[in-house]
Amino acid sequence: MVLRSSEITIIGGGIVGLSTALGLLQAGLRVTVLNGADGDFRASQGNFGLIWLQGKGADFAPYAAWTREAVARWPEFARALQELSGVDLALQQSGGFEFFTDPDEFTAFAQSLAQQQAHLGPRFSHEMIDGDTLRRLHPEIGPEVVGASFCPLDGHVNPLRLLTALQRAFVTLGGEIRTGAQVVEIAQAQGGGFDLRLKDGTHLGAPRAVLCAGLGSSTLAAQLGFATRVSPQRGELLITEKLGPRLGFLSSTIRQVDEGGLQIGGTKANVGPDDRETLSEINALARHAVTVLPALADVRVVRAWGALRVMTPDGYPVYARSPQHPGAYLVTCHSGVTLASLHASLLADWIEDSAAAPDLEAFDDHRFALSAAA
Amino acid sequence: MTIDSRFLPRPDAGALLHMTLDGAPITARAGDTLAAAILAASGDASRHSTMGTPRTAYCMMGVCFDCLIEVDGQPNTQACMVAARDGMVLARQNGARGLRKLSSTPAQSNADG
Amino acid sequence: MVDVDLIIIGAGPAGMAAAATSAQGGARVLMLDEQPQAGGQIYRNLGAETPPPAYLGASYAAGKPLLAGLRTAGITGEFNATVWRIDSDAGMPRVLWSRGGTSHAGQAPHVLLAGGAQERPTPFEGWTLPGVMPAGAAQILMKTAQLLPRDAVLAGSGPLLYLIAAQLIDAGAPPQALVETQTPAMMTRAMRHLPRVLLALPELAKGLALIRKITAAGIPRYTSAAGFHASMRTDGRLDFSFTAKGRAHTLCTPILLTHQGVIPSTHISRAAGIAHAWNPAQQAIAPVTDRWGGSDVEGLHIAGDGAGIGGAEAARAAGELAALDILRRLGRIDKNTRDRQAKAPRRALTRAMAIRPFLDAAYAPPPEILAPDGETIVCRCEEITAAEIRQSLEGGATGPRGVKTATRAGMGPCQGRMCDLTLRGILENCGAAPALPRARTPIKPVALGELAALAPHRKTKA
Repeated sequence: MVLRSSEITIIGGGIVGLSTALGLLQAGLRVTVLNGADGDFRASQGNFGLIWLQGKGADFAPYAAWTREAVARWPEFARALQELSGVDLALQQSGGFEFFTDPDEFTAFAQSLAQQQAHLGPRFSHEMIDGDTLRRLHPEIGPEVVGASFCPLDGHVNPLRLLTALQRAFVTLGGEIRTGAQVVEIAQAQGGGFDLRLKDGTHLGAPRAVLCAGLGSSTLAAQLGFATRVSPQRGELLITEKLGPRLGFLSSTIRQVDEGGLQIGGTKANVGPDDRETLSEINALARHAVTVLPALADVRVVRAWGALRVMTPDGYPVYARSPQHPGAYLVTCHSGVTLASLHASLLADWIEDSAAAPDLEAFDDHRFALSAAA
Repeated sequence: MTIDSRFLPRPDAGALLHMTLDGAPITARAGDTLAAAILAASGDASRHSTMGTPRTAYCMMGVCFDCLIEVDGQPNTQACMVAARDGMVLARQNGARGLRKLSSTPAQSNADG
Repeated sequence: MVDVDLIIIGAGPAGMAAAATSAQGGARVLMLDEQPQAGGQIYRNLGAETPPPAYLGASYAAGKPLLAGLRTAGITGEFNATVWRIDSDAGMPRVLWSRGGTSHAGQAPHVLLAGGAQERPTPFEGWTLPGVMPAGAAQILMKTAQLLPRDAVLAGSGPLLYLIAAQLIDAGAPPQALVETQTPAMMTRAMRHLPRVLLALPELAKGLALIRKITAAGIPRYTSAAGFHASMRTDGRLDFSFTAKGRAHTLCTPILLTHQGVIPSTHISRAAGIAHAWNPAQQAIAPVTDRWGGSDVEGLHIAGDGAGIGGAEAARAAGELAALDILRRLGRIDKNTRDRQAKAPRRALTRAMAIRPFLDAAYAPPPEILAPDGETIVCRCEEITAAEIRQSLEGGATGPRGVKTATRAGMGPCQGRMCDLTLRGILENCGAAPALPRARTPIKPVALGELAALAPHRKTKA
């Protein structure tokens, strides 16, 4: 077997790593993805699958614009990816709700969305719907729901099939995925490029390296001189038995997966590297579900689980080139599904620094440099 | 299509419990689980999966979930874990379960045990 | 507020013995079981008012003293109770169970998991068809409903197959044939364990008597059988094809009863966070315990087949041992008393386990059952085939999680009970180093309304 040397190595085989890798591959590079172990924390295998705009970047216009662009690019991205992989992503972008039972939270969120509307202008639209109006549209909504926001641009996808599709498409186009390759150390190699030491003791050379290792990024990022430290934020989810009838809507906390089960989620807890499901959140999620949709009371939960979000200190993505180590990049974000359409397209231009490269200065890692130094 | 039970007829045990399965009468003996009563009555599938394949009670101990049927309107009930009672209305399921109507399912419906 | 000292989950031989021993030692015990009465699967329905049919034999009736032991003061039994989670709250084990549509939480300083075993999944093409059933399931129907399979074919391997065949002969419903996957090579491998088996001569003699009965009844036995395949005729009967000693056979039967031994039910112990390990001799996942059944999670013991397959006698002894250790930890007996009282059950356990290595080797499940290929369904719930699982491994999955998320195998309501081990077998067969699959709660499905109605604050109830 002839080993073809890759021009760029992606550290991390989740949705962020693979979509970035796919974009670079399609830009003509020889790309290798290093995928860690089966038991690693993997947001890509535990997430909610939203392609979501409402509320994103209300306080940070560049993120609002970047997410808006991602959402716009999803239909074409999904079409191409499905064709390459033969995997149905079950993409739906027909709008989504956020439900509220607390009037104050409803009002506060209205202000957030107004701000997002101001950032995005005609590229965004949303509605705030009071409870009674909502129940006229969807009589199945429970009486305790005081209102909902609705954004027609929101949607969702089957996240597990997105992961599979990215793997298949990448391999189909000639990309190489090395499994069980846990990078524990990265250093500048003599004579250029990087030396990656794997957990099993072997070394790999990489002319250039993109760090997309999710929660595994922090240590490696420090070795490359990046200031960003990501931290885990646990979200807990429930999945129910399959239902024949379709829910008439999508929401940020209750969605029907295309196989028929309902996913219920949206909890947040900063508890370190602990992805266990808890009784209190199982209870809270179930209460939320039957409050929003009382008819779900007799629907059985098949499984609960926790998964860890990959959070930067301010919650916004980081796209950064290492100043000390040219050829090293850090790509990390919480919304790997939503942003996949950009990671597989514009991000390659940015990494390649081509004429089409987007301006991602606002997402640079130097915004954390001060706090890291302190 | 009706397939004979895959089990031998049982000796007369006196009093029987009377239920219906898809509208047709079906009997059980005291102590039968619903799965036992159905298996005693018929060798047919007791449900069809979401992919349309025929299934019937399998493990008889609550492990495999192949015996799911609708019992008195409650779908996806494990027939091997529920004792037969007089007057029960049983229905075979085809594909994924349905959702009860909003009006018939107040949020507290499961709280009274 | 805690009003019991010990919660026992499972009222089979281990749970019943532990309940009696611990209650006799002064502990207050809450016993939970999914079935309407105590007995477990082995003694299921033995407590019924009507006497059991004679054909179930002496080994079934042998459970009566265990049932009688539950009358000891201090034991509260709660039946039709499905445990769906074990965790801890304020440093004390907490058990969540569902009963009659309502969930309850109970706490005690000690919890004994005595959930027993399930039959090993036996995948082959056609095993999901109506008419194919585990032999143990048919035996449950014999015990609980006096239902006798009509003209059955018994296929697979293991002592239970012979016991059920003998029971069917005695019941006047002899099976049409026995199709055994056991090969002479397995028996040869098992022979090295023979010296230990001498400790278990009565057990061995019972087994040989069963085989003699089957032979005397003129039941055809096909051995070295492989290549199982079932399909259904229009009249509902099954055509069961296989090869035996290299020759192809097809038998037509209304009911095909399969068996490849039993495996520990570990969803409850895995979801509780207890360390588990692979037992290569038993080809099964089992919790790691000390010699008293103690686990690495504070307050949790495991006894019986759920800790590793040993059978009813071993389970009874292990239940007593765990109870003695719990009594010591409760301060009700001292270490010396525990050790002294442990002597008899320890001897019984050794005796009961003596035959195990021989049985494990002689009746080992064949490779094609452990790691099937082609169109054989592996995950019954999601209907995922062996070929799809193998494809996911070629696509980059390296362990149970990767396979699960790529194929949905194990995501259905049984939560992997029917496919965890097969998935592992295929991973191993494909050269992957299979990790232990994770189990999440609720370990049995629970309605949203029921979960929502759980009191948000801590509640002790027993």
